[in-house]
Amino acid sequence: MISNIVMATGFVLFLVGLWGVQSHRNILRIIISYSLIGTGAHLVIVAIGYVAGGTAPIIDRALPAAEAPARAIDPIPSALVVTAIVIGLAVTAIMLAYAIRLYEKKKTLNVDALTESKG
Amino acid sequence: MRRLTALTAIALFALVFASVALTYIEPAALSPLALSYVRHVPQDLNAPNVVTGILLTYRAFDTLGEVAALFMAAASVGLVVGAGWRRAGATPAQEPAPPREASEIVRTGAQVLAPLVAIFAAYIIMNGHLSAGGGFQGGAVLAGCAALILMADPQKRLNLKFLGAVESLAGVLLVLVGVAGVVFAGGFLDNRVLPLGTFGAFFSAGAIPLLSVLLGVKVGCELSVILEGFRA
Repeated sequence: MISNIVMATGFVLFLVGLWGVQSHRNILRIIISYSLIGTGAHLVIVAIGYVAGGTAPIIDRALPAAEAPARAIDPIPSALVVTAIVIGLAVTAIMLAYAIRLYEKKKTLNVDALTESKG
Repeated sequence: MRRLTALTAIALFALVFASVALTYIEPAALSPLALSYVRHVPQDLNAPNVVTGILLTYRAFDTLGEVAALFMAAASVGLVVGAGWRRAGATPAQEPAPPREASEIVRTGAQVLAPLVAIFAAYIIMNGHLSAGGGFQGGAVLAGCAALILMADPQKRLNLKFLGAVESLAGVLLVLVGVAGVVFAGGFLDNRVLPLGTFGAFFSAGAIPLLSVLLGVKVGCELSVILEGFRA
């Protein structure tokens, strides 16, 4: 049940971001929409790792080592999402750098001004 | 017309996603791979945090590749918005507007908060193997501290040479610890080069705290360099 809710939330964020990429004309808003797409995808990946009735895979007083294989959730999607968040940050930083250079060249943040490659 | 195609695309994606999200059934038990990770990390690596054990030992090579991707991002940002373009005259010279001084609230708040944020970042980094935390998370908070300092004092310039040197040194040490793993223990970036210690102690889990510190310092310096590159 929880998995389905988190997965649906992730997909909704993905769709909101996709709509933002296609309907905005301001380049900064498009970059924010890409960030939303990434966040939605991360939520979906984390939701896949959930085991029914499970808890975080950290061995402490609440989860002794003997009970961990029975009650812990899948640690691999969490590890993959840690990596994915950092990569998303790197890509966003480069996109913003390009936005700065485009603004310096074209004096506007509107993507309709980038028509050089159109026939 | 553009709205119509956008709406159609969103609707089709929503159909596919709904068919996945509504029919997904939670697994009742861990898969065999996850089971072996949850068993082996506390046993062989002596690390209570299974996710950090995976990230810094079993899949440490991926973490090294991600560190390389972050370095590439910092280098690309430095290339695209760096001072080299302005010096070469590629863009017409514009006098930057004199930066406004930050308000008193921001300045005072930064004076109080910046040391606390730095200590919190150090706590997150060092706590990576015991509870939730780790190198990447702490490094991001460290860069947040740098952002706070930059916001409070718009005239301040970070020492890019120092940050670059620290970042490169941390990267080299990371690879050296990995090679030490090949020489003295089971494989590349094996954490058993340092003594495993008692379970749950501050200095335990072999080389994982050392790798967390190196990762945290490297990520913090890289993000600070990116922040500094975005300024005029």
